[in-house]
Amino acid sequence: MSDLYEVAIIGSGPAGMSAAGQAAKRGMAHVLLEKTDHLSDTIYKYQAGKFVMATPSNLALRAGGYEEGVSAGMQFDEGTRENILGIWNQHCGVNDPTIPVVEGEIESWGVNVKLNAEVTKIEGDKGDFTITLKSGEVLKAKTIILAIGTQGNPNKLRCPGADHPMITSQLDDPADHYDKHITVVGTGDAGIENALGLAEPALGNTVTILNRGKDFAKAKQRNADWLTEADADGKLKIRYGTSPAEVRDGEMVLETETGEETIPCDLIIARIGSQPPRGFIESMGVEFTSADRSAFPVLSPVFETTKAGIFVIGALAGYPLIKHCMNQGFDVIEYLASGESPKPADEPLLEEVFADLPGNKSVDYWLDVYQKNVSIFGGLSTLQMRELMLDSTCKAFGPGEVIFRRNEQGSSLFAIASGSVAVEVDPNDPSITVPIGEGSIFGEVGLISGRRRGSTIRAAEDTIVVELSRKAALKLISSSPEANDAVTRISIERQILQMFGSGLTPADIAPLVESAETVQVPAGKVVIQEGDEDKDLFILRLGSMLVEKDIGGRQIFLSYLPAGSFFGEMAVIDGSKRTATVKASVKSEVIKLDGEMFNALLDTKPQLRSKMLEVMEGRRQTNDFIESQKGDVGGALELYTKTAKFLSEQGIGEATDALLIDEKLCIGCDNCERACADAHEGLSRLDREAGKSFAHLHVPTSCRHCEHPHCMADCPPNAIRRGADGEVSINAETCIGCGNCKSFCPYGVIRMDPVPPKKPSLLEWLFFGKGPGPGEASYSWRKKNGDPDLAKKAIKCDMCAGIDGGPACVRACPTGAAIRVSPDKFLTFAKITEDVE
Amino acid sequence: MASVPGNRFKQDERRRNADHVSFLKHRRYRWLWIAVLLCLATGLGYALIDQEPRPNGGSWYGYTLGTIGLGLIVWLSLLGIRKRKITAGNWSLKAWTSAHVYLGLALIVVGTLHTGFQIGWNVHTLAYFLMLLVIISGIYGVIVYATLPTTLSNNRNEMTRGEMLEALTAIDRQLESAAQPLGRQQSDLVIRALEQDVFYGGAWGRLTGTYPGCATNRALGGFPEVAGGVDGASERVRSLLVKRAEQLAQIRRQLRIRALLEIWLFIHIPATIALLAALFAHVVSVFYYW
Repeated sequence: MSDLYEVAIIGSGPAGMSAAGQAAKRGMAHVLLEKTDHLSDTIYKYQAGKFVMATPSNLALRAGGYEEGVSAGMQFDEGTRENILGIWNQHCGVNDPTIPVVEGEIESWGVNVKLNAEVTKIEGDKGDFTITLKSGEVLKAKTIILAIGTQGNPNKLRCPGADHPMITSQLDDPADHYDKHITVVGTGDAGIENALGLAEPALGNTVTILNRGKDFAKAKQRNADWLTEADADGKLKIRYGTSPAEVRDGEMVLETETGEETIPCDLIIARIGSQPPRGFIESMGVEFTSADRSAFPVLSPVFETTKAGIFVIGALAGYPLIKHCMNQGFDVIEYLASGESPKPADEPLLEEVFADLPGNKSVDYWLDVYQKNVSIFGGLSTLQMRELMLDSTCKAFGPGEVIFRRNEQGSSLFAIASGSVAVEVDPNDPSITVPIGEGSIFGEVGLISGRRRGSTIRAAEDTIVVELSRKAALKLISSSPEANDAVTRISIERQILQMFGSGLTPADIAPLVESAETVQVPAGKVVIQEGDEDKDLFILRLGSMLVEKDIGGRQIFLSYLPAGSFFGEMAVIDGSKRTATVKASVKSEVIKLDGEMFNALLDTKPQLRSKMLEVMEGRRQTNDFIESQKGDVGGALELYTKTAKFLSEQGIGEATDALLIDEKLCIGCDNCERACADAHEGLSRLDREAGKSFAHLHVPTSCRHCEHPHCMADCPPNAIRRGADGEVSINAETCIGCGNCKSFCPYGVIRMDPVPPKKPSLLEWLFFGKGPGPGEASYSWRKKNGDPDLAKKAIKCDMCAGIDGGPACVRACPTGAAIRVSPDKFLTFAKITEDVE
Repeated sequence: MASVPGNRFKQDERRRNADHVSFLKHRRYRWLWIAVLLCLATGLGYALIDQEPRPNGGSWYGYTLGTIGLGLIVWLSLLGIRKRKITAGNWSLKAWTSAHVYLGLALIVVGTLHTGFQIGWNVHTLAYFLMLLVIISGIYGVIVYATLPTTLSNNRNEMTRGEMLEALTAIDRQLESAAQPLGRQQSDLVIRALEQDVFYGGAWGRLTGTYPGCATNRALGGFPEVAGGVDGASERVRSLLVKRAEQLAQIRRQLRIRALLEIWLFIHIPATIALLAALFAHVVSVFYYW
């Protein structure tokens, strides 16, 4: 039995450690409890030497002495795992021989740390909590801060022997294991990365990875590809439809689709996720936001749970970033010590976000306005609201001011806090507008499809809006079911209105919207089968589709449908069988509308019917034209189909602007590559010769500027952006050279290289032979003349953004072989079969 | 958020909509028509304008033609700079090449009319014949540019230059181990094939595609095709040698097509430099003796 502590902090990660440091500085009686024998277990378990980022970079680190009167405290800056842990150990007075001591003056705050102190039970109420440790020791505290994260609780195998010592849930260094029989359970990214690391042939391991299903839905596409490739190469073995049945000494029993099987096994890596230790937390009387597995505890603005006296901070509160965690630790202690919460650390950032709005109002005022007025923000807590606004831009517009224009690139979502906007629906007549009122959203089509803005939007009166970046909007949609429903509903309604126009009102289509269903379509999946009798109408909201028809026993390519088009209308209107097959060229999403309801709508709206008939007639003509080519002796139709198929296999279907080389014209001079290098500080972003060809159409290794770029999937510093002209480019200033984008790109178009040295001018080369001449200098020249300290960064095609005249590769082609195309314009009969010579 | 409508969208869209045609067809033969017009105009002038005492480079019409010709030659020779100087701006090398070809051909007419059909052993005639040499080599260039790329593409068969050499290296590795059990005489044949430089044969071999001293072909002669394949090792080496010969043939065809695409530049460019020098002498001497 010990004294009554003012505060007991459980978990010594960044959040808990920061809280303990602040409590020590404040002179509060405190104790920091850590389950393991070292601080910050999650970071401790990072691979040796891992570089840890300090994001968001614009957020002040509270704990580091944000306010006057508090001396510099817990330090944190980006650096290696060792450096960060070394500093924290010294702050907390912990001596860990596995972490080198950091040079320089680092204060010790006299934190009262208890290592190897796993908490098993918490009882009591505010002012008098009793904490029981695994060792049996009992502590007393007035308040409790839970900062236990979510990592410390890995899921266990669900089979006998799940506690066998050869099972581990983590892998520090694959090279520690060699000549072993290793089984990896779980095909998420962590499991796949571990399996690939262990399967390095030099290690001599026999690696088996178990996949309960048939696909790798939880993993990034790139990882899944690598894994199947490694399996094909015989480096490891993937066992599909297989799960562990029992773990014994030296062997493992597998349950396969055909029965049980025993394999030799010396090590099992179980990467099957982790969970917040929910039962433990709920046993204290803390409520969660929902029954969902991934839900977080309900928190007040000062991070207090529904159980008075228990606070939750850090990853368990839903904040995985180190800076947030450390600030929360500081904030909670300040609240406990002074009775009032310090202004949150993001206050100055939010002030900036709201700076452009009129009236000089406070942050709280604007947060309140936005939350009350914008319907999709209804379900958010104050904390979530603050975080959302941090990633957003708030702006006021006067009447008539343009918010965005038709054909502008943009994937952000707008919401109207006050006022209203007018949508110019007719490109030829700006006076025809449709209003969108206060509380609603706009820009959702760009957000979902990744395509250019469909219409120009102006403020109709004095209007205040918020623009959510694509990332923030997607986060909102995934975290708030209310927001998700609202965005889906509005986007379906708008898409129908935009597409069918003709004087429809939201009321007309309400039943149609109600019955609409969004369907995910994986690449290659057939949505409509020729000859079938189903009668649904589809709107393509994301991805692209290929339309094919059986002509004389062959599947002939008819056309390419970009996101934002509709299909299936023929069968709906004239009741015929499906006249063509429509299938997804890339992963897509369609809105399925009930055909009968649509027909009923057509009956009441003759204008709409005539418009639909017009569209149908146009499509029919295309089909008839292509069908009329079937007698053609030159096989143009066949060539057209095969070429279109080839191009879509090469990723042109998801491209927005891709480079093609017509090999009937290409003399192989490589002037495109040289021009590319010379237009971009000396490195070429395209490899003309590499890549596949069909019928003399060559797709070189060069960026396709995908609609939803794979490279943007996980860029730690968020350095990849889509620019105003549609180009996907990497900011060389903020790129950290981690290579994630390179591994995500399915087309291999990103390279890692340092900026090369400047070359002597063209005339110097021409007259005096100085330097390497036009184009990319050789590796040896760059190495000899370059700065050896420059880091490698990711570089790729930026479509010559900012260069007047456009892409240099096309401009510099002497014969017209190099062309840049977009699929909706190029995948047509006329373009593909064009006689170029 | 709201942005000015100053982005490149319209320009990019025009590019994406653009016809996809070769330099010869560029803009519906725009430069061909201009060149034809130039020829007609100068020819008509030559026929109709009464030049005293006779048509000559020194008449006022002769000077006019000479100035046009000189201007054209200097401008045409700047293609080499345009190609290498990747500046910003709305230019296209395809348009330049198109104009280069057709205006270059028009020079035959303009230049010949400028001579007034007076040929002699002097620097003026030298310049004229150098010009013809440049144009003739250029005509060859246009022909190969229009016909060879398809062959080049077919031969490449999606392989890069590096990949072709790698494929050969891989075959060589297999050959070396497969040849171990062979007897002395056959081993020597294989060793000689492996030791021979891939690029042997010099410029002549490259251009004609004939390699009479090819050690791989010679080695193949030492491995007669045995019905039923009696000797396992020998049969295996034979099939590898056939593979090697095929791979070599692809590389050599590639070299040959590339050489045919480039050889004319070895005449076209130096002759252009010589032409510019001769023109300089021609112009200076004309004005010196005026």
